[in-house]
Amino acid sequence: MNLAQMWRQLPAALVKLDPRHLWRSPVLFIVWLGSVATTVSAVADPSTFSVLLAVWLWLTVVFGNLAEAVAEGRGKAQAASLRAARTDVSARRLVDGAEELVPGTSLVVGDLVKVLAGEVIPGDGDVVEGVASVDESAITGESAPVIREAGGDRSAVTGGTRVLSDEITVRITAASGETFLDRMIALVEGAERRKTPNEIALSILLVSLTIVFVLAVATLQPMAELAGAPQRTIVLIALLVCLIPTTIGALLSAIGIAGMDRLVQVNVLAMSGRAVEAAGDVSTLLLDKTGTITYGNRRASRFLPADGVTLAVVQDAARLASLADLTPEGRSIVELADEQGSAPDDLPAGAELVEFTAQTRMSGVDLPGGRELRKGASSAVVAWTGAPLPPALQASVDEVAGSGGTPLVVAERHGETFRALGVVHLKDVVKEGMAERFAELRRMGIRTVMITGDNALTARAIAAEAGVDDFLAEATPEDKLALIQKEQEGGRLVAMTGDGTNDAPALAAADVGVAMSSGTSAAKEAGNMVDLDSDPTKLIDVVAIGKQLLITRGSLTTFSIANDVAKYFAIVPAMFVAAYPSLDTLNVMRLATPESAILSAVVFNAIVIVALIPLALRGVAYRAQSAAAVLRRNLLVFGLGGVVVPFVGIKLIDLVLSQLPGIR
Amino acid sequence: MTDTLSGLLTIAALLALLALAYVPLGDHMARVLTSTRHTRLERGIYRVVGVDPDAEMSPRGYVMGVLAFSAVSIALLMAILMGQAALPWDRGLPGMPWDMALNTAVSFVTNTNWQSYAGESTLGFAAQAGGLAVQNFLSAAVGLAVAVAVIRGFTRARSSTIGSFWVDLVRGVLRILLPLALVGAVVLLVLGVVQSFTDTTVQTLAGGTQTVPGGPVASQEVIKQLGTNGGGFFNANSAHPFENPSALSNLFAIFLLLVIPVSLTRTLGTLLGDRRQGYTVLGAMAFLWGTALAVTTWSEAGGHGQSAVAAGSAMEGKETQLGTWASSLFAVSTTGTSTGAVNASHDSMTPLGGGTALVHMMLGEVSPGGVGTGLYGILVVAILAVFVAGLMVGRTPELLGKKIGAREMTYVALYTLVTPALVLVGVGLAVALPSTGDAMGNPGGHGFSEVVYAFTSAANNNGSAFGGLTVTSTFFQLSLAAAMLLGRLVPIVLVLLLAGSLARQRKVPTTAGTLATNTPLFAGLVVGVVVLVSALTYFPTLALGPIAEALS
Repeated sequence: MNLAQMWRQLPAALVKLDPRHLWRSPVLFIVWLGSVATTVSAVADPSTFSVLLAVWLWLTVVFGNLAEAVAEGRGKAQAASLRAARTDVSARRLVDGAEELVPGTSLVVGDLVKVLAGEVIPGDGDVVEGVASVDESAITGESAPVIREAGGDRSAVTGGTRVLSDEITVRITAASGETFLDRMIALVEGAERRKTPNEIALSILLVSLTIVFVLAVATLQPMAELAGAPQRTIVLIALLVCLIPTTIGALLSAIGIAGMDRLVQVNVLAMSGRAVEAAGDVSTLLLDKTGTITYGNRRASRFLPADGVTLAVVQDAARLASLADLTPEGRSIVELADEQGSAPDDLPAGAELVEFTAQTRMSGVDLPGGRELRKGASSAVVAWTGAPLPPALQASVDEVAGSGGTPLVVAERHGETFRALGVVHLKDVVKEGMAERFAELRRMGIRTVMITGDNALTARAIAAEAGVDDFLAEATPEDKLALIQKEQEGGRLVAMTGDGTNDAPALAAADVGVAMSSGTSAAKEAGNMVDLDSDPTKLIDVVAIGKQLLITRGSLTTFSIANDVAKYFAIVPAMFVAAYPSLDTLNVMRLATPESAILSAVVFNAIVIVALIPLALRGVAYRAQSAAAVLRRNLLVFGLGGVVVPFVGIKLIDLVLSQLPGIR
Repeated sequence: MTDTLSGLLTIAALLALLALAYVPLGDHMARVLTSTRHTRLERGIYRVVGVDPDAEMSPRGYVMGVLAFSAVSIALLMAILMGQAALPWDRGLPGMPWDMALNTAVSFVTNTNWQSYAGESTLGFAAQAGGLAVQNFLSAAVGLAVAVAVIRGFTRARSSTIGSFWVDLVRGVLRILLPLALVGAVVLLVLGVVQSFTDTTVQTLAGGTQTVPGGPVASQEVIKQLGTNGGGFFNANSAHPFENPSALSNLFAIFLLLVIPVSLTRTLGTLLGDRRQGYTVLGAMAFLWGTALAVTTWSEAGGHGQSAVAAGSAMEGKETQLGTWASSLFAVSTTGTSTGAVNASHDSMTPLGGGTALVHMMLGEVSPGGVGTGLYGILVVAILAVFVAGLMVGRTPELLGKKIGAREMTYVALYTLVTPALVLVGVGLAVALPSTGDAMGNPGGHGFSEVVYAFTSAANNNGSAFGGLTVTSTFFQLSLAAAMLLGRLVPIVLVLLLAGSLARQRKVPTTAGTLATNTPLFAGLVVGVVVLVSALTYFPTLALGPIAEALS
């Protein structure tokens, strides 16, 4: 955000001077009317004062437009890069099994198209056949290709992305012009922007303030006449423009656009401004355990040897049994053993890998020399050895299970001799820093609920470790939906993430439903935001951005209204000092002349808009604090600051203006 | 005893009395207004009127109830005032002219009690006791009913009704105002307020005869204060020795006019189940009242202003046995409660003191405001405060678990607009008329202040007069009547619709992210909004009147 950016948007701001556009912002429209009237007056009766006044009133309107134009300009740049992805492509439409080449734009919902390696997918759809790696960088900015395959939760493909390998058949789910890409473009351009509920409520406040000031200024003239000090119309217009909340009136739509834009910058697309606003209000956050709170996989955390077995033996056995196991769990066992200093042997030659099967529910290795090693659930190992576990070992198993972990028993066989060696404790590892983030959320007044398919025991253990407020164990999609409805019944706003088709009802019911871009189109359709990075922790950022949007709106409103105090002190003595010389006492800023005082207030009023554009676009800094702390800080900065700053600003401007001939 | 000491003792005694009454009266009102039981007398009344006391009303129904009741009240009172010659105890006085009757009827029905007539020389006892005093009870009860309906907006969730206007009205009169008035009237009698149905003819020292008007004063005086009405039996209002005979009766009168508005904050806290919320509202009201009192007393007793400097203190227009302290306390309490009674001529106060009385009304009568009106007035301000402050903490605003959306904001914004619009347009029109110059009692800034005061008093339903201005012309009778009527009923309609909209919502639970509204910080915020909104609205007007005067 810099002056060059503003300068570039100046033409766009001038176009917005069209009253048909301005009508939507009543505050700026009043300024526009005042500018016209002042211009007419300045032409009819030119003086330095009237001409300068007319110029600065016009600048006030232009600056107001500039705020909106700059905010929109950023979106337009993003839209342009997205449009580049939407090159006109031809599609191989399948009609009764036969391929025909048609333009991508002619596709309708339900059409089947075949996409080969190297080709661009012609429209949004679900893969119905095949598996392919797809380059989605045009939309997500992520260069690593993703796998898309028929069935399951990774079946959705987006028009404009490119198939890198293999071929797939896609059923089109969105008509041309309504694809995800099209909607993204419309969103970032702000073409579909509608006022959000809170924006409407704030506008009502601003309009009513404007009406009060129109009345106050309109009725001032007969009062002034009674006092023997009738005022020039342009002076009354200047007073009115300074009093009505031009600052927030000018910046309001820019703040809204910038809020959406900040979401886009963290790669989240909000389908409506309403959703962003709701994010600030969220009081319950539903988070999936896997991938959000914990790393996706369980990891080995310790070895528990059986009686009469040394730790080293268990480590070695578990390590050997897992060397060929390429699952993340298997690898974590090897890593743990290595960390704990187990002898780093490689698998000896001739060792035979035993893979996990649904029948044995164990995996392991048969070493040359007849030693067989297995690891698996205790019931599977018991079935294999044909004898119950020794009591001490059984106790270890129960302890691990009781703590919410997964016990894995390691056993060996030499000929007919079975021996249980020990237990590997597998557990979910909570991502680093999660407890702090949840504590932060709690300070913001947000309750976190962990959603997991685990049993209650496991869920409770992880919930305690991660520091979430509550958990939903063995959760089915119906449970999720029921939980959301229960929370909403209590008046809470719920946010959640989801990617699967079975998440769609819950996503639709949630007040803020963030669908993963990797998810199914049903999920994306149901949610009101899409996370292009498919990162479920993003929800926390989304809430912060929503809050920041509202804070910016409230703070600038406060600032705008607080500014009026100083403007009164500048203008009112200037208007009536001739009739009541005692009112000069109110001229606390000691402004040079009545003309310079009025003009200074008007100039300050215009400049403050430009000065605040960067803040409106960036948003007021938000830290996770209690409401009282946030309020105290913002009241101090924007309330008290709003009273003080204009006194200084108007005085400084007056020092400059009073040097002008014709004003002095 | 010095003036200062007696003044401070009076204030201390007043605060002690209010503190004593606060909890019992506040909780009594909470009980009465939520009870599901009807007394036999009440059942009888409902049967006669044909009302089902257990049928709750929608906001629209409640509004229609208030409007219809007010219309009937105005018509009846007008008839009594114009036709008083046909009533007993008419003291041989003729009926009022129609414009004065309309003005007076509107004035008493709207709890304003603006008086463009002199009581003792215009009205018989029947019109006073059977017309005006009745409306003193009823108009206060209407305010109370509306306030409790608004509280229900906050306490109820997913409700389409906000109570029954008729039940609230009847209970307000029978269970709250009448018992208190009965006790209060006896106290006033003991303190020396007259109660008779005859005028007394006496021999003067010079040997001539003089008729001293009497009348049922105590019974009317008590509800005049208790119901924050303010319309005096006599023209001199509470400066008349029969109406306010001593410093003690003066103190008791101030206690009466403050006790219900103050205790209603307890009622609010009790009904919300959050006592601190009640204290917060009370704190904001008390701060405004205390500041106004400090400024007025400093200005009046400190002898500021040219003539006062010469005299030592500003005693012009004041009752000598009351002095500047008690007069200031009375002026601040009546202008802050929309009572409108006066025990001194506000026109003769120092510029700063008179200006404070004016500003105190411009704040919107919330310190602590009239019976009921003060409470719903400050709740509207609280919504305004929470709207901006709520955004500043990063949530869409909510007050007491209710979201403040576009619909609520529309009602609040219009509510906030009504009084300033009436005052500004009224004053603008009045000063644009050439005839107004002749009606003013003083030239220049002071004369302008008189006009501003009149419209501020009428639109805010206060009723106190600055004096000086002659308001018997048809223009003033009608324009002030319009200001009183619109200044009363439009806000009531809006605030009832607001209550309905709040009651329909579900309740949002409080979290750490919610802006707490029961803290000193929020009380400060409410004070800030009250002051800022009125300052921004009236600054130019004030600059041409009291400010210009005070600075010269």
